[in-house]
Amino acid sequence: MSERITTADVVKVAKLARLDLDPAAIERTTAQLAGMLEHFADIDALDLGDVQPMNQPYPLVNVFRDDVIVAGLNRDEVLAAAPDAEDGRFRVPPILGLDS
Amino acid sequence: MSAPTSASSAVQIAAGVRSGQLKAADVLEEHLARIDNREGEIHAFNLVLADQARAAAAAVDAAVAAGNDPGPLAGVPVALKDNMCTHGIATTCSSKILDGWKPPYDATVVTRLIAAGAVTVGKTNLDEFAMGSSTENSAFGATRNPRDTSRVPGGSSGGSAAAVAAGFSSVSLGSDTGGSIRQPAALCGVVGVKPTYGYVSRYGLVAFASSLDQIGPFTNTVEDAALLLDVIGGHDPMDSTSIPAPQPSLLGAIQQGVEGLRVGRITDLPEGADPDVVERLEAAFDALRAAGATIVDVQVPAFSYGLTAYYLIAPAEASSNLARYDGVRYGMRVNAPDTNSMYGVTRTAGFGDEVKRRIMLGTYALSAGYYDAYYGKALKVRRMIADDFDRAYQRADVLLTPTSPTVAFPFGAKGDNPFAMYLCDVYTIPTNLAGHPGMSVPFGTGAEGLPVGVQVLSGTLGEPQMFRTAAALERAMGAAK
Repeated sequence: MSERITTADVVKVAKLARLDLDPAAIERTTAQLAGMLEHFADIDALDLGDVQPMNQPYPLVNVFRDDVIVAGLNRDEVLAAAPDAEDGRFRVPPILGLDS
Repeated sequence: MSAPTSASSAVQIAAGVRSGQLKAADVLEEHLARIDNREGEIHAFNLVLADQARAAAAAVDAAVAAGNDPGPLAGVPVALKDNMCTHGIATTCSSKILDGWKPPYDATVVTRLIAAGAVTVGKTNLDEFAMGSSTENSAFGATRNPRDTSRVPGGSSGGSAAAVAAGFSSVSLGSDTGGSIRQPAALCGVVGVKPTYGYVSRYGLVAFASSLDQIGPFTNTVEDAALLLDVIGGHDPMDSTSIPAPQPSLLGAIQQGVEGLRVGRITDLPEGADPDVVERLEAAFDALRAAGATIVDVQVPAFSYGLTAYYLIAPAEASSNLARYDGVRYGMRVNAPDTNSMYGVTRTAGFGDEVKRRIMLGTYALSAGYYDAYYGKALKVRRMIADDFDRAYQRADVLLTPTSPTVAFPFGAKGDNPFAMYLCDVYTIPTNLAGHPGMSVPFGTGAEGLPVGVQVLSGTLGEPQMFRTAAALERAMGAAK
């Protein structure tokens, strides 16, 4: 299938997944993922050349509803459940201007 | 009619309440008393809603007194897996990252249950974000199996299975992505159903793996499961994957026997089930043959590749779905000087180990350079499995397999080997990949007197024949008692 997963792969994947794994967690995760991928090698031998990928179990296409106005969620209620909100909007820490 | 007891089914409760012979309030108090007695030991619930339930039961009784029909689930106490949104009521997914979150809307299943007169008694514990097979992965502590409290109830819907097994609620709802209803149903000795993908709306079910997730019932009887599905099933415009076709009444279907029904035995089923489980499966084939069914041999060669396809597809979808927990719109936030680092510290503190592991696996399977080798390949294997099942269903109306390879196991038995836990779902996973229905029916006991479930499978929208088969197994068990 592919070469064995490395700690460098895991560091990169953790960054993509927005998880801050410390070195011990990186080591542990690398070993666990490598173990799983070994089990998953059972499908390597299958001839899948002509097989169409199955993206959904029940084929429905172009699912539309009638274009009628219905009530949405209550904005104040939604914002009340957020960690921080201001002036009817979600509030977050600075996005620009800091090195990350 | 005698007073209700723990053995009373939802069908009996609803009939009694609708006719005025039973009070929803009395039914509820019996269940709340059992919760008071044993919940400290079992921990089926993340949240018990005693006050709201009393108000709902009183409203049902008032409706009956006023001459109105509260609906087909009148006064039936129901528990909800805590990954189903309840308006204004905490919904945690047993994760710290959603602790304290109160959804601004009800899931469609919740709306339908309430409209049918059901009384919600609480939100049940689960493996965090439904990832696990023992309910040991909950951020709020494990649930214990009411049949033997030294053992797990199965998972991920362990709390919902335990709630019904302990008589805390008459029925409950769970969600099943790879076996999360059927496996705990087997381990706790109750009925559990995963319907055809799209049979029940997923609107308001917190997403784990969207192409696999389905909601379904836990009940004490097959008839109760049919009643529940008749209420919660059916098209919902709020879920674009919901099947826009009428569904036949399953309560009607179970009145038919299995005379002439073709029951398939999968001759190339993966090995590994314990002898006591295999013995019960053989007894189930015998019982169906005696009831007039024909047993036929079928092959599903790709069945054994289900585990691999599932553990690439489900984590891939999960890694995408769980990207929404970013500390911005809901749930917890750990503060940091900038938004990008806030994402990382929040998610690292909020998710448990198994959830992180699956996010990592899924992100890897989807990442540049590995997509074709892992995720893309898994989608092709998924097609092979579905095609193999479809060929088998040309020869058989239903298939019978074990639900779980073992009876309920002790806490910690799977250690820290994730793959050992994944093997719990070897017989349930292929059905989710194919999108087919499956259900577990209690069929006697195995080692240490613990419950064994038999799994009945059918093809897309094969619920009627699946329920007929399950009802025949239940009758056979009743006759043997």
